[in-house]
Amino acid sequence: MSEGIGRLAPLVPLLPGLPLAAGLVGLLLPPSPRGAATGEDRARRVAIALGVAGAAGALLVALALLTRVDHPVEASTTWVDLGGLRVTLGYRLDGVAVLVATAVAAVALAVQVYSIAYLKRGPHDDVEVDHRYPPYAAQISLFTAAMLVVVVSGDLILLLVGWEVMGICSYLLIAHDRRLPEAPAAAVKAFLVTRVGDVGFLLGIALLGVSAGSFKIADVLAHPYSTGTLTAACLLLLAGVAGKSAQFPLHTWLPDAMAGPTPISALIHAATMVAAGVYAVARLFPLFERAPVALTVLGVLAAITLLLGAFAATAQDDIKRVLAWSTVSQIGYMTGALAVGSPTAALFHLLSHAAFKALLFLAAGAVIHAVGTTLMSRMGGLRRGMPVTFWCTVVGLGALAGVPPLSGFWSKDGVLAAAEAAALDGAGPTPQWVGWLVWLAGLLGVAVTAWYATRLLLRTFFGATRIPLADPHDPPALMRWPVLVLAVPAALLGLAGFWGPFIGRIFAPATEAELTDFGDSLTHLGAAVLLPLALLLAGAGVAWAGWRRDSAADPARFLGPLRPVFARAFRLDDVQHALVVRPTNALARAARTGDELGVDGLVEGSGHAAVGLGGGLATLHRAALPRAAAGVLAGALLIGLAVALIGVAS
Amino acid sequence: MSVGQVLLVAVLAVPALGAVAVAAVPHDRAARLTGVVAAALTLLATVPLVGGDHGWFGYGPRPAVQPWHQLDLPWVPGLDLRFHLGVDGISWPLVVLTALLTLLCCGYTLWRVPDGGSGRALVALLLVVEVGILGTFLALDLVLFFVFFEVVLLPMYAIIAGWGGEDRRRAARKFVLYTLLGSVLLLVGVYVVVAAAGTADLVTLTGGAGLSRGTQLAAFALLALAFAVKSPLWPLHSWLPDAHTQAPTVGSVILAGVLLKMGTYGLIRVAVGVAPEGARWAAPVLGVLAVAAILVGSLVCLAQDELKRLIAYSSVGHMGFVLLGVATLTATGIEAALIGNIAHGVITGLLFFLAGAVKDRTHTGSLAELSGLRETAPRLAGLLGFAAVASLGLPGLAGFWGEAFAVVAAVRRGGGFWVTLAVLAALGGALTAAYFLRLLRQVTHGRPSPAVGRLAPGLAGAELTAWAPLVLLALAVGLAPALVLGYATGPVDALVGVLK
Repeated sequence: MSEGIGRLAPLVPLLPGLPLAAGLVGLLLPPSPRGAATGEDRARRVAIALGVAGAAGALLVALALLTRVDHPVEASTTWVDLGGLRVTLGYRLDGVAVLVATAVAAVALAVQVYSIAYLKRGPHDDVEVDHRYPPYAAQISLFTAAMLVVVVSGDLILLLVGWEVMGICSYLLIAHDRRLPEAPAAAVKAFLVTRVGDVGFLLGIALLGVSAGSFKIADVLAHPYSTGTLTAACLLLLAGVAGKSAQFPLHTWLPDAMAGPTPISALIHAATMVAAGVYAVARLFPLFERAPVALTVLGVLAAITLLLGAFAATAQDDIKRVLAWSTVSQIGYMTGALAVGSPTAALFHLLSHAAFKALLFLAAGAVIHAVGTTLMSRMGGLRRGMPVTFWCTVVGLGALAGVPPLSGFWSKDGVLAAAEAAALDGAGPTPQWVGWLVWLAGLLGVAVTAWYATRLLLRTFFGATRIPLADPHDPPALMRWPVLVLAVPAALLGLAGFWGPFIGRIFAPATEAELTDFGDSLTHLGAAVLLPLALLLAGAGVAWAGWRRDSAADPARFLGPLRPVFARAFRLDDVQHALVVRPTNALARAARTGDELGVDGLVEGSGHAAVGLGGGLATLHRAALPRAAAGVLAGALLIGLAVALIGVAS
Repeated sequence: MSVGQVLLVAVLAVPALGAVAVAAVPHDRAARLTGVVAAALTLLATVPLVGGDHGWFGYGPRPAVQPWHQLDLPWVPGLDLRFHLGVDGISWPLVVLTALLTLLCCGYTLWRVPDGGSGRALVALLLVVEVGILGTFLALDLVLFFVFFEVVLLPMYAIIAGWGGEDRRRAARKFVLYTLLGSVLLLVGVYVVVAAAGTADLVTLTGGAGLSRGTQLAAFALLALAFAVKSPLWPLHSWLPDAHTQAPTVGSVILAGVLLKMGTYGLIRVAVGVAPEGARWAAPVLGVLAVAAILVGSLVCLAQDELKRLIAYSSVGHMGFVLLGVATLTATGIEAALIGNIAHGVITGLLFFLAGAVKDRTHTGSLAELSGLRETAPRLAGLLGFAAVASLGLPGLAGFWGEAFAVVAAVRRGGGFWVTLAVLAALGGALTAAYFLRLLRQVTHGRPSPAVGRLAPGLAGAELTAWAPLVLLALAVGLAPALVLGYATGPVDALVGVLK
């Protein structure tokens, strides 16, 4: 079935295969010895070469496929047959898969290059930051490979493999920085929260695969499920999606994951991990379309997540946490678009978000690298010392807030247009009120996003400097170039929405219903654009006005009593701790006590009882002569009696 | 005798003769080397067993067990007992795993002998245990099966009592008494079947062999209880944590790696095969207990504070997944159980090797006294991380298939009851991740504790040699599950066929 891509078909396994090989080989490299971190020792150089080569190779393959693939192609072979359930090893490529794969590989390459300089010990650093560079680079490669498996996989079980390997790589990478005592806990939290969601994901896949008799995506999409099964399966899948894509109520891991090195945050937030959930729903959208109940649930969660993330971002002092919450909020836009029935709008926003969020994190990394803190209260006035970083951040924040003509403007507008159509015209599979919910939340989100983006820009780059001693400067070339290169798609990707081949590819898997309801145009220029633009100006203006009054004070002070609530994200962490973590631990302790005292106690008790009984009997047998003689006589009497009785009876 | 029959005899004779030779060679190191050679030859003999007539393409009615090779000799003609050996797709992977783990343990003993006795005696005992385990997997006669099942018991007792930790005698006594109780039930069960059917031949017996419903229920109850003690199935598991914690490293590896599999193998081949009616009757109970094992095992691990004890309890949870697969009585479930068996053997074997290495180096197994392993011994920490991740069932590694498809099989069985079990088992999977990550966070992350701080970063060559095959197998079985399941489809379908 792969005639569509002709000679390029053998390349497809290389897409995840190259970074996978680079990662596996990289894991075998010896960790750089401690104390040898001043120069670039050999293991580090090999690790760099492997990491960059793996990501660059994947990017080249993705670009080659991008030129050829415009309609779905797939190929597969049996992986294993478990009692009549066939699991296949194969790919299913379409325009969207190749576009997302390109984004993944590009961000991965930027992160690999950026990390070389970011994780290097400076002459004045008192702590070694990079003596485990080889495993770090290898884990990024594995992470990339896992995401590419998710993107191209033609089988749900294979998708699950990539899905979970990504989870474990995020765990390893978040725990990388040994200087942060909170990093291991954050890593465990990231893996466990997503794993809890994956319980649902596995059950959903099981339900789909068992009914269809195969886990192949093509078979699953073609199978006529009953509505009940389909709704149950889609709801279960959503649990996994909520975990990976940090949707309420499983979003709590994402802000904590900021303990990871900044390039890892870029990787997790832009192109991999959090994008996987949205991508998986878009991939299986023909199923979700037939399960409006699941989409309704998704719509409600999306609206909550979108606003929760946006409001939480307003009160953070840590620059990375502002960006982390903005990711939560932006993913809410994507799931909102999915919920109203327009996966294409979601994917367009996913791609532009990948570009501008990677840019923002890498630029923030440059700032952190220069000033040695992540707290905005200790930054300010960096515009003069770091012009490149400043302008790149402006582009990124502009795209995030949706300033025309930057990428985020077009893609967010696409989401809002879809929600508007669902709200006003009843388009899409979900009830009209879901459209209203997503649309209104999205509009409010625009104003809040503009507010916190403006605050971040002003607090970091404008005003007087709040770090008198430091002399901040733009980062070295290896960090500067990835940022500069990412600024291009962050600025211009939206314009691709006018370009035929891009439109053709991103609409390739779209269903009939979506095309009828939402049309086949990515961009929506009309009077409706004015409303979000007005909200954008209002949000940015309020933040600016607040800052103007006192440029040294945080505009977040205007939040008043809400500020601590927002800063702790509505205390949902505490709720999670009280409702899940503490009861589970208590249950575990109870189970251990019960097992040791109850179950094992019974066993030990029976042993002691047997020994005791034996001892008792032994004591009975140790009798003095008169009692023993009496006993023997009594025994003889009893036997005689028994014989006599039996004799009488017979 | 055909080549296959020669191999079958060799698989049992080589380790048996090896044990004798080890005991006879006076020099300790030479004796251990002899043992390693014997174990290696055994492994070499098990691999070519896969060749031969797989015979699942014929027509007409066929018996439900069709060995690739078999050897059927009269043993005690007066009692109609036969020395009947055979190997097929269900037993072969376990046979190879047993031979491999024994070889790795003997090789490890070449490098390090635990305190307590001579290395020579330990190697000889390991080989005797191997004979018993291999015989159990190969026996096609019920009485012969019982005999081999019992051969394992005393040498294992000696290994724990001779080379174990501080509390070894009590743990060994508990192990032997508890499993003897299981053996009594097994003996009664075997004779219920043999007396009712008039034959002990497993090939004839598989499928019920005309046993009455009452006999089947009684036989299944007895056999399943016996195998549940060995597997172990909650709540009959409490011998296991003590035995594992006190056993020397090689003892724990054999115990967790293959000895427990005798229980699950027996359940599939003997209990389900001989008394299918009983299996159908008891399946819901078995399913509930299996899920209870998963949940209780994981929860206890979450509150556990000793390294080896934690890994021992994790076996309870993992075997719960295997037993859940069997309890569904579907082809998917039984195949999941088979691959789960192998995966658990490989991964938990590796985990016990690593836990032993940590304990040998730091002289403590208390989680509170271990931290920061990745700072001082990055390779050991990396391997421990790999084994833990494999054990928590990460897709792409061996542990995934058994656990995920036990859940899938329960979903496939359908109905509210089994779907509930599937949901609870899947939740147990999340708990498994929780306790392994807690373990890793405690042991590998953070600042090095005093016990960990003085570690040398390197690993001995013998350690790497013993661990590398297990690491590679965990990866290979994860990426190519057909390695284990490629030959199982025919026998499992036939077994499921007699259950209908």
